[in-house]
Amino acid sequence: MHLLKLTVNGQNYEITVQLKTTLLEVLRDKLQITSPKAGCNQGDCGTCSVLVDSILVKSCLTNSLSVQGKKIITVEGLAKPGEVHPLQQAFHENYGAQCGFCTPGMILAAKALLDKNPNPTREDVKVGLSGNLCRCTGYTKIIDSVIAASEKMVTVTD
Amino acid sequence: MTLKVVGQNVLRYDGLAHVTGETHFADDVIIPGTLTVKVLRSPVSKGKIMNLDIRAAMSVPGVASVITADDVPCNGYGHIPDQPVLVEEMVRYKGEPIVAVAAVDEDTAIEALEKIQLGIEEEEPVFDHIQAMMPDAPKVRPEGNIHMFGKYPFRQVKFGDIDAGFREADVIIENTYRHPSLEHAQLEPMVSQAVPEAGGKLTVYTVSQAPHFHLEELYGILKVKKNNVSGKHWITEKGSRTGQGLEFGDINFIGGTVGGGFGGKNDMHADHITALLALKSGQPCKWRWTREEDLLYSTYRGCWYITIKDGVKKDGRIVARKIKTIRESGAYASSNPHVVEHNIFNSTGPYFIPNVHSRGYCVYTNKPPASSMRGFGLTPSTFATEVQANKIASELSMDPWEFRFKNVYRNGDLTSTGSKLDSVALIEMMQTLAEKTGVTLPDRLKQMSSAKRGGNSI
Repeated sequence: MHLLKLTVNGQNYEITVQLKTTLLEVLRDKLQITSPKAGCNQGDCGTCSVLVDSILVKSCLTNSLSVQGKKIITVEGLAKPGEVHPLQQAFHENYGAQCGFCTPGMILAAKALLDKNPNPTREDVKVGLSGNLCRCTGYTKIIDSVIAASEKMVTVTD
Repeated sequence: MTLKVVGQNVLRYDGLAHVTGETHFADDVIIPGTLTVKVLRSPVSKGKIMNLDIRAAMSVPGVASVITADDVPCNGYGHIPDQPVLVEEMVRYKGEPIVAVAAVDEDTAIEALEKIQLGIEEEEPVFDHIQAMMPDAPKVRPEGNIHMFGKYPFRQVKFGDIDAGFREADVIIENTYRHPSLEHAQLEPMVSQAVPEAGGKLTVYTVSQAPHFHLEELYGILKVKKNNVSGKHWITEKGSRTGQGLEFGDINFIGGTVGGGFGGKNDMHADHITALLALKSGQPCKWRWTREEDLLYSTYRGCWYITIKDGVKKDGRIVARKIKTIRESGAYASSNPHVVEHNIFNSTGPYFIPNVHSRGYCVYTNKPPASSMRGFGLTPSTFATEVQANKIASELSMDPWEFRFKNVYRNGDLTSTGSKLDSVALIEMMQTLAEKTGVTLPDRLKQMSSAKRGGNSI
């Protein structure tokens, strides 16, 4: 067993893991943070996506010891407590979430995109979210949501 | 009247929970100490189990329970209860569950599976459902490959006088349409979590799209006495300690939050085995299918062959339609007979045809059971009837809009199953559709109405 120190959504944790334990298993099974899902568990669907030091990663393919000392963000910690992040609000208002299973990963992929490119085109959004699969929406409303959020967030910053 | 919801955008009641991660799916209930379930599936498509030895698997440290067909109180379930929870003797599709293991973790469960000795005498399978209909085809099931709807090997609708209809026709147009099989590929795989509770009760967290059906099925499998769980099962019933002592009302079935289903979760995939292991081991058990298992072995839309023969007048009216539709069912009935019925009942599409004869066949093959997917057979039916509509229009050199205006149902028309329609708006819908999509319709179509059949030449 190995000691793992990490910060998730602003909270520090010290836990023991096996060499083969993935970041997804740490989040779900050890910390009971369940928004990252095991949709395929092989890096295809993106519903396990989280931010590691602001970089989008697929937690099912990430060895937990590789995030030693790093800061992890899931959708549970995207907004300040009691608040809703503009991306979350936009996904809600533009029907970007249907069954909700891909939504946490989708929102974090959108966050990673907007961090780099605050004013994306629809084509930019397609490329930015290309690692995440959704079976319900046909993607149109997800793209609408990200564009709506980007407009709102740019306005807020201005 | 002020409309509060119609015409308004209404926010989803569960939308905020979805975007903040508060929504809990079946897999998101984390109970420390939960055992991991893994299942030994048949490596062959058809055969007879000659030898099954689970003793070495049971002695792997960390293995809590190993179950086979002997542990299933009533080993038949489904709409027609023909599907075994675990194979008794005959394997009918590659991937069919034979042994289930609950262990402290995934590695231990897999190690146990590897220690199971399984000998299957392989038999020749049949995969194509048209081939399976041939008299000399390998038998998927002892009673034959064509599903019996009562005493008939097909479901049939007869309406009007089909021979008179074809005599009246100027042109005969016949085509065969094939719809491939499709997997639902919902993002959430099959998951079940079963937790033994105080007093011998059981809580099951399910991904089911049909929890009320599945709860009743689960009681049937566990052989719990209940008024309307009948005893006529295709596979054997046997006594077992597992499940005994449960009474109706003892299972708390928790579901309703589904991570995509599309009809793929209308069949019980994981709750039965997980529940049996939880009852036998006395510990919480979770079975999450791998993506590979889900794609290969969960239900899917079976493929279809649909042959439509239409008798058509020169003015575009269809006066006779004969349909033969053949649906692949996989190895078990599941919802397929119902799917075929739906397909047959919709064989005219939205068109009034005075003389109809349609027959639907449901054919077994050595593939995983097919089942519902988005419309219970209506989608392939619509695909075939609408492509046929365009082909007829093309053959008659008629505008496809005009062809549809002439043939769609009007108020007072009878469907081929004898329902009298009284609130039809198909003409008005097509007029609106044309307007919204910038299609200019000739005046004679603009003047038509669903109120009565009439207008130019019809």
